[in-house]
Amino acid sequence: MTIQSPLTVQDFKSDVKPIWCPGCGDHAVLLAVTKALVELNTPREQIAFISGIGCSSRIPAYTNVYGFHGVHGRALAIAAGVKLARPDLTVLVAGGDGDGLSIGGNHFMHACRRNVDMTYVIMDNEVYGMTKGQASPTTAPDWCNSKLTPHGTGVSPVEPVRLALAAGANFIARGFAGNPNDVARLIVEGVHHPGFSFIQVLSPCVTYRPEQREWKQSVHAGQDQPPQLVAEAMHRLASDDGFTTGVLFAGNRPAFMPERKVTASFADIEKKFAS
Amino acid sequence: MSELHFLSGNEAVAQGVRLSRPRVIAAYPITPQTIVVERLSEMVESRELAAEFVHVESEHSALALVMGSAAMGVRTFTATSSQGLMYMAECLHYTSGGRFPLVMMNANRSLALPWNIYGDQSDSLALLSSGWIQVYAETAQESLDMIIQAYAVAEDVRVRTPVLVNLDGFVLTHTYEPVIVPDQDTVDAFLPPPDFPPGYPGTFDLLRPQSLAVSAGPGDYAGFKYRQHRDMVAAAEPIRDVGGRFAEIFGRGSADLIEPYRCGDAELVMITLGSIAGTVRDVIDDLRADGLRVGLLRIRYLRPFPSEDLRRLLFGPLRRAAVAAIGILEKDISFGHQGGVALEVKAALYDQAEASAPAGLPPVRNFIAGLGGQDISRGQIIAMFDDLARAAGRDGDEPARSVRFVGLEASR
Repeated sequence: MTIQSPLTVQDFKSDVKPIWCPGCGDHAVLLAVTKALVELNTPREQIAFISGIGCSSRIPAYTNVYGFHGVHGRALAIAAGVKLARPDLTVLVAGGDGDGLSIGGNHFMHACRRNVDMTYVIMDNEVYGMTKGQASPTTAPDWCNSKLTPHGTGVSPVEPVRLALAAGANFIARGFAGNPNDVARLIVEGVHHPGFSFIQVLSPCVTYRPEQREWKQSVHAGQDQPPQLVAEAMHRLASDDGFTTGVLFAGNRPAFMPERKVTASFADIEKKFAS
Repeated sequence: MSELHFLSGNEAVAQGVRLSRPRVIAAYPITPQTIVVERLSEMVESRELAAEFVHVESEHSALALVMGSAAMGVRTFTATSSQGLMYMAECLHYTSGGRFPLVMMNANRSLALPWNIYGDQSDSLALLSSGWIQVYAETAQESLDMIIQAYAVAEDVRVRTPVLVNLDGFVLTHTYEPVIVPDQDTVDAFLPPPDFPPGYPGTFDLLRPQSLAVSAGPGDYAGFKYRQHRDMVAAAEPIRDVGGRFAEIFGRGSADLIEPYRCGDAELVMITLGSIAGTVRDVIDDLRADGLRVGLLRIRYLRPFPSEDLRRLLFGPLRRAAVAAIGILEKDISFGHQGGVALEVKAALYDQAEASAPAGLPPVRNFIAGLGGQDISRGQIIAMFDDLARAAGRDGDEPARSVRFVGLEASR
């Protein structure tokens, strides 16, 4: 057996150049994902990266692991199928606030309660970027720069981490694209934590939400010890300003997929080819 | 006074909707439809249009929402494209079965996988059996005019069937042309009021409480479906009435479900639909200048399918020459068989053969082109007419290859 040198961030990036706008937070999320993959030290062929539709959902194409550009809003359902068929794989899911909380909102709730062992990153910029700037479920009710909602949506935004907690997610965290090392750490913790891990990453859209450049002044780290009880997490999140970063909840519900099992070893596969 | 504006197909649709005064509009953005609902939002904002405008969470919700509003007896609008239309599929059948007189615009776009945002007609062709009337516009002007006419057709008590107005994605939705925008008074006189009259069938009547959207067991279900089919077939007459009345009042358009071009003496006839008809017309003029007798039939309505009109135009007594070969040019494929439009046309021809085959049917060739937004060039259309000439002369053309993919050489 040959000894391989450890993989680097570059090894996890593909040759495809991102078409995100310059300054988009998603570039930093891509960096964070690749840093996390280096830290996890998992072979590339042991990682499946599933997404939906939207700007951020292009992210699997920019990485060098198994990728799947899914149906709009259905990334979590597809990812659950991947994990159930191949429990040995590390399953990452990513997408935007529009994809995951609007058209795919129903799946989010049920993925949290089903608690399949995978890690879901919502790259939240509070806007539909790909269709050129409409309000998403996380958009503040008084944001009136969208042609579809010129007086603002007037409806309460979804608070993704509270929704995840209420629906039963086993690990909940929030990161900020301006701090990719921190996001990478959260992804690593999310992958290690059994069950469904949800990470909201505040990822500014500099094109349609230029005011989000100011987010770096608002984000602040939460407490070091994340709550393990739902009631305590709920109590803290009740007064959360939406900018607290770090692990917000780390529960101990058993995962839907309790045991990791390898379906076929490389030795077995080699034998098949040899015969 | 009508005014001449420079509009894209999407903007023309928005103008047609504004003039039709829907009470409720539901919107979920999808490329290449987004501009329609953005313009409508601006019109609601500027009070040019008095409507409730809702930015919903998905296409499925958009169609369900307007179904609810229509059940309350008001005119509605929504628009979609491609994956969005597919996601709505359940509600398409629900709304047509419930006989809700909805109007929806669809920006014709390819279907994933592979993921592609450009135009072809795979989306609406896949939902031909959903019980919606389907009309295909060629120009931005026709798009505007068809939205207005669609409301008149859908809400006709004899019809009470939803109408899907299709525009080719990008080629028609995003290109600009001069468009006559009619004045409000003329449209108001043309269309019934946007609040359906009391007692309009299938809507809530608060004086006569009843349950809508019922269940039907095996004993009743077939009857519902028969009436839906019967009324869709019979809708051809109201469609002609509406088209004819529109032409009389507005001075353009026609009562035809199929629009012929230089077809009466044509030996080689191309049948197509949507915006590519313009290019085919140009090619026909050139080939005619070279002495070739070629012509076009542009299908405007794919549902109800105008079988009798098609047979009359191809074989009727007013023809000055026999049709020697027929081409069907379309931007979709029913995998494992033929193009969806070819299937429609051939079914109509079989009925002709049964009725009174003059001297056997002419050969028919199906050209599948423009998938995923690929351009269909003049040269390719000329080559199609060459194929038809060979087929007509039974000269070196392989009948077994009745379905021909055009432009594959550009694909990997």
